[in-house]
Amino acid sequence: MGITIEGVSKRFGDFQALYSTSLTIETGSLVALLGPSGSGKSTLLRLIAGLELPDTGRIWLTGRDATYASVQERNIGFVFQHYALFKHMTVRQNIAFGLEIRKASRAEIRARVDELLELVQLSGFGDRYPSQLSGGQRQRVALARALAVEPQVLLLDEPFGALDAKVRKELRAWLRRLHDEVQVTTVFVTHDQEEAMEVADQIVVMNQGRIEQVGSPAEIYDHPATPFVMSFVGQVNVLHPESVLSCQLPGIQGSQQVFFRPHDVVIETDPCSGGMAAQVQTVLHLGREIQAELLLQDGGSLWVHLSREQYAKTPIQRGQWVYVRPKAIKAFPPADKHRAVRNSSVFV
Amino acid sequence: MTLSAASPSINPLKALAQLSWPWRVTFIYLLFMLLLPLTALVLRASTVEPGEFWRIATDPVAVSTYEVTFGTALIAALINGVLGTLAAWVLVRYRFPFQKGLEGLIDLPFALPTAVAGLTLATVYSDNGWIGSLLAPLGIRISFTRLGVGVAMLFISFSFVVRTVQPVLQEIEKEVEEAAWSLGASRWQTFWKVLLPQLMTAILTGVALGFSRAVGEYGSIVIIASSIPFRDLISAVLVIQRLEQYDYTGATVIGTVLLLISLVSLIAINLLQAWGRRHEA
Repeated sequence: MGITIEGVSKRFGDFQALYSTSLTIETGSLVALLGPSGSGKSTLLRLIAGLELPDTGRIWLTGRDATYASVQERNIGFVFQHYALFKHMTVRQNIAFGLEIRKASRAEIRARVDELLELVQLSGFGDRYPSQLSGGQRQRVALARALAVEPQVLLLDEPFGALDAKVRKELRAWLRRLHDEVQVTTVFVTHDQEEAMEVADQIVVMNQGRIEQVGSPAEIYDHPATPFVMSFVGQVNVLHPESVLSCQLPGIQGSQQVFFRPHDVVIETDPCSGGMAAQVQTVLHLGREIQAELLLQDGGSLWVHLSREQYAKTPIQRGQWVYVRPKAIKAFPPADKHRAVRNSSVFV
Repeated sequence: MTLSAASPSINPLKALAQLSWPWRVTFIYLLFMLLLPLTALVLRASTVEPGEFWRIATDPVAVSTYEVTFGTALIAALINGVLGTLAAWVLVRYRFPFQKGLEGLIDLPFALPTAVAGLTLATVYSDNGWIGSLLAPLGIRISFTRLGVGVAMLFISFSFVVRTVQPVLQEIEKEVEEAAWSLGASRWQTFWKVLLPQLMTAILTGVALGFSRAVGEYGSIVIIASSIPFRDLISAVLVIQRLEQYDYTGATVIGTVLLLISLVSLIAINLLQAWGRRHEA
């Protein structure tokens, strides 16, 4: 087993950062901890690293109980959002740091550093200082430094968060390829659902100190377990029960909230089509698709995304009345008491 | 751009008039406050015949004061380099009651008139003072010895290292330490290999400032020391003694020597700092 977490919780003063949580991460997998800020994802990562100690529960790393092992003993690699490079050392010295601590021989260090510089595509940069590198290059140095000690587990805390959009995109693809090459169990924290979907094999969606769902990107997107997952991963429209009643969606009870994706709709101009009547508020032409905001009769609003073909068939305009029929809807059981109580306790 | 206007082929007054006003004000201010007095000192010293200058400058009493002044100041500055760094560490990394009060106390030597500092030190460290009376039976005397000069220099130069190291230490992200730990470094190794090298420039700056301040100290040392040559007489006091004997030439020559040594040590310190900053782009 790669990483096993059993009933781990953590509180900082009055703030319960992580409620009792259990999770198993397979050896060699690439897992994303996804959630908004304050969801407990970074806390969970730091608990795995040993940078925080849990209040309850146990943590196993590659079959060994590491709950109270120090950071140094855990043999992990950790990459921080803001690189945390050693400014007074060259790239080469940064990467060699862990090996020098382990008293590796000079020749060994030299060979390993060369190999890693190659791996992170910074072969000509060994003698530069971190201040002479771009953000993306710095983060690759940080990664090489973490990989140098051949960690059992690689942990990354918002690794691309400080980079601009283009570099971030490149590094994501690169991390994916790197993982295929190195095959080390990797856990990374992100608040960006697109990043999680793009890079990870498995996504752990977290919210308010708890795990909401664990699954592959497709499972998370197509079969969200909770309203939170549905609305956090991808865009979503939420219909109030009243609107639902007025348009008779099959198999939905009156008190339930109904969710559907903006692209899972049929727009018609014929009032007899059975769709919900709505007035077009805004139409945005975004090239690949057309997004429109519609105002329902009960005052609620929803977004629809139309492909160019759909739009060509029914070219809607601002102010026009249209009839909306969701194609794939999802309803969740009403929030239970436990959740309601928990929500209030966190926000107070 | 403005600098090139002051090239020697142009009338310097005209060139000055062409400079923007912040430049002019700064230039005139530095001229009157720094350049002219120093030039006057050197000019005055240069009227002394070279042989005579050398004789006064290397007079055994004078040489002993250089040694006492610069030697003791260096030792005091180095001790504060270590203890000041430690104090900065405690102030940044620990939270304790009356912390604000302690922070204020550290600044006190900046604000305290030096004569008052000398008086307080003499009270505590004299043979019948609180600490002096404990050390006297052991044969250790502080006031009226070179040790007293050292204590006074420690006192007035302590704040410098604390105040230069503290902000730099505050700025070092916790994550840098965590990164070192995750790579297997113990807390001690992390301090030694990761933190200390990043603090070195600040420590050196603090030591340099403290050293300069200690070299220039007069008010407190004249109280705690006996100012006997070869024992605890410092150069600044010697200058005053010469002046009191209307020996202006002697005072000027020793003053010039002090100026030169200070300049050389400043340059050395600057080179050290530049070396410490070599990794900054």
